[in-house]
Amino acid sequence: MNLWLIPILPFAGFLINGLAGRRMPKAFINAVAIGSVLLSFAWVLKTLLAAGSLEQPLAEHYFTWIQSGPIHIGCDFAVDRLTAVMLLIVTGVGSLIHIYAIGYMEHEGGYYRFFSYMNLFMFFMLTLVLASNYLLMFVGWEGVGLCSYLLIGFYFTENFATTAGNKAFIVNRIGDFGFSLGMFLIFRQFGSFDFGQVFNAAASMPKEVGYGILTTICLLLLVGACGKSAQIPLYVWLPDAMAGPTPVSALIHAATMVTAGVYMVVRSHVLFVHAPIAMDWVAGIGLATAFFAATIGMTQFDIKKVFAYSTVSQLGYMFLGAGVGAFSAGIWHIMTHAFFKALLFLGAGAVIHGLHGEQDLRQMGGLWKHMKVTAITLLCASVAISGFPFTSGFFSKDAILSAAYERAPWIYWVGVGTAGLTAFYVFRAWFMAFTGKYRGDKHPHESPLIMTGPLMVLAALSLFGGFINIPRWLEPMFPEHGGENPVLVWTSAGVGMLGIFLAWVFYVRAPELPGKFASALGGLYRLVLNKYRIDELYNFLIVRPLVGGSRAILWRGMDAAVIDGAVNQVGARSRGVGAVLKLAQSGYIRSYAAWIVFGSVLLLLAVGLGGAR
Amino acid sequence: MAPAHAVPLNWYLILSAILFCLGIAGFLYRRSIITVFMSIELMLNAVNLTFITFSYHWKQVDGHIFSFFVMVVAAAEAAVGLAIILTIFKNRKSLEIDEISSMKY
Repeated sequence: MNLWLIPILPFAGFLINGLAGRRMPKAFINAVAIGSVLLSFAWVLKTLLAAGSLEQPLAEHYFTWIQSGPIHIGCDFAVDRLTAVMLLIVTGVGSLIHIYAIGYMEHEGGYYRFFSYMNLFMFFMLTLVLASNYLLMFVGWEGVGLCSYLLIGFYFTENFATTAGNKAFIVNRIGDFGFSLGMFLIFRQFGSFDFGQVFNAAASMPKEVGYGILTTICLLLLVGACGKSAQIPLYVWLPDAMAGPTPVSALIHAATMVTAGVYMVVRSHVLFVHAPIAMDWVAGIGLATAFFAATIGMTQFDIKKVFAYSTVSQLGYMFLGAGVGAFSAGIWHIMTHAFFKALLFLGAGAVIHGLHGEQDLRQMGGLWKHMKVTAITLLCASVAISGFPFTSGFFSKDAILSAAYERAPWIYWVGVGTAGLTAFYVFRAWFMAFTGKYRGDKHPHESPLIMTGPLMVLAALSLFGGFINIPRWLEPMFPEHGGENPVLVWTSAGVGMLGIFLAWVFYVRAPELPGKFASALGGLYRLVLNKYRIDELYNFLIVRPLVGGSRAILWRGMDAAVIDGAVNQVGARSRGVGAVLKLAQSGYIRSYAAWIVFGSVLLLLAVGLGGAR
Repeated sequence: MAPAHAVPLNWYLILSAILFCLGIAGFLYRRSIITVFMSIELMLNAVNLTFITFSYHWKQVDGHIFSFFVMVVAAAEAAVGLAIILTIFKNRKSLEIDEISSMKY
């Protein structure tokens, strides 16, 4: 089926634009960048249509990548039902965002650079989901991290952008360290990286009660997933990653790359099912992240930061779903989240574009009059993420929450509370941006069709994408849970609507209320506003000791004192010895002759006394 | 073996050693480059005498050949050395060997 074409097409786009794009007109760059992604999307569709029901995974072996003793690692791609969903999300949403980016990046410098990085990202992301062994997946995993770094630091002349890029890269290294260790353990335990072999071997193992080898593997993989998918305690890089252009935030930091951690956990579900303790960790981290990030999202004023914390929170939901065993619900939420979160970011991008770079919600307001399409499409995304009945978020979120209820009712209630917070902060942002009076001093204008077009498509998907029943499609891989409990479903939907109502009261009906609440809560409000001071805490606990220790021990102690010291001492001692020895070079011939005579006499004496024979 | 009435071997060697030491002394104590140069010749010829002595004593021709080599080298050295001395005198108007000490550290 030539699966290799799917990632190779964007890679070709990357090469062409990266090498020749600088000298080419924009139309050429557009054609290459968007064309390659669209072709890739078309090839995914063609492949999936031809493959039919995918009862058996569609596997292709290209070449042996590494062959050394017992190690045999191939360059293998495979498509099963899970991969099919991911492929459609990545190429489909990716195509829309690429098209949107034409309009958004119109006036930006480094146009070809932007699109070549975006294409490179598509290549690595598709490699990640297509790979059928852990090592090849890791290649894609690291590659998307690289592209994320490059695109966060896209405005590399700005200090905050490069800092944010470094932060994302370094925090991800911590996660990748865990992922690598997990892979090593997998190889030690199963002697292979191949998904099929590893999972077959793991399926025959008994469920672990304590902290055994499988649990260790899963916890290490979870560290990797936490880094990539921005979960506690490694979530700190994602809000800063908003320094990149908005299409990047939509594509990489909302719709696709950050879901890679969830995908990896779901892909490794055989391992996780056999390690119940690790599952509890996944669920716990997911739940904590979902709630914690939602509270921060309520207080932010940068429209992209609101949605960034919202992404962290929604990723927490996905982890929660995977952790309580509802893997298919987690993947469903990946899909719906890709729709509405990409839309939220693209809509935010349209607002920012229309306001010439303004991101502060306090400088917006009343934009409804100026950008109706953006307002309506963002409204669609907002109702979807709030779990309004029969929108996409309603289905996927309730699938997760129902599964959570079966695990333990309190998890469900925390999840429902978070859903209320979600609805509140999203509609807070919407009301602050689009209703009331305009508070800024720019001249807002609607975005061109090339930007609003993708918004409209995504709006339709956000509203109706929930009718794509992913759990049924994935049923052969992940047996479905018991039936849905209508009481639970409507409770969570009701809480979501309560959140919307409260946001309306706070920001439309009585705009003076939020200020009163903030001053009434005082310290607590400031704590949340400052993101619980986690960045400061990390700075204090990790960054500063690390930097200080490196400076004192590694630099001044090791590098300057020991290494440089040794080299300098060798040089200085040589000069000292030379300074003494050079005195023998007097320039007086007679003194040289005297030395020769002296030496000869000494030699003769030695030979004579020692006895030459 | 050497004939009984012949001059003993040691005498030649002692003479040669005396000549060589005179050469060394001249090299070390005289200041004029010309004299130093002559002292070198003296040392070379002292060595030549030793070669000839042993050649005669052992009735072998090697020593003769070697002394010819030394003479050739001495002649070549004299040519080069005198040329250098001339040049030095032209440039410095002096043949004081201690004044020619610029080749140092």
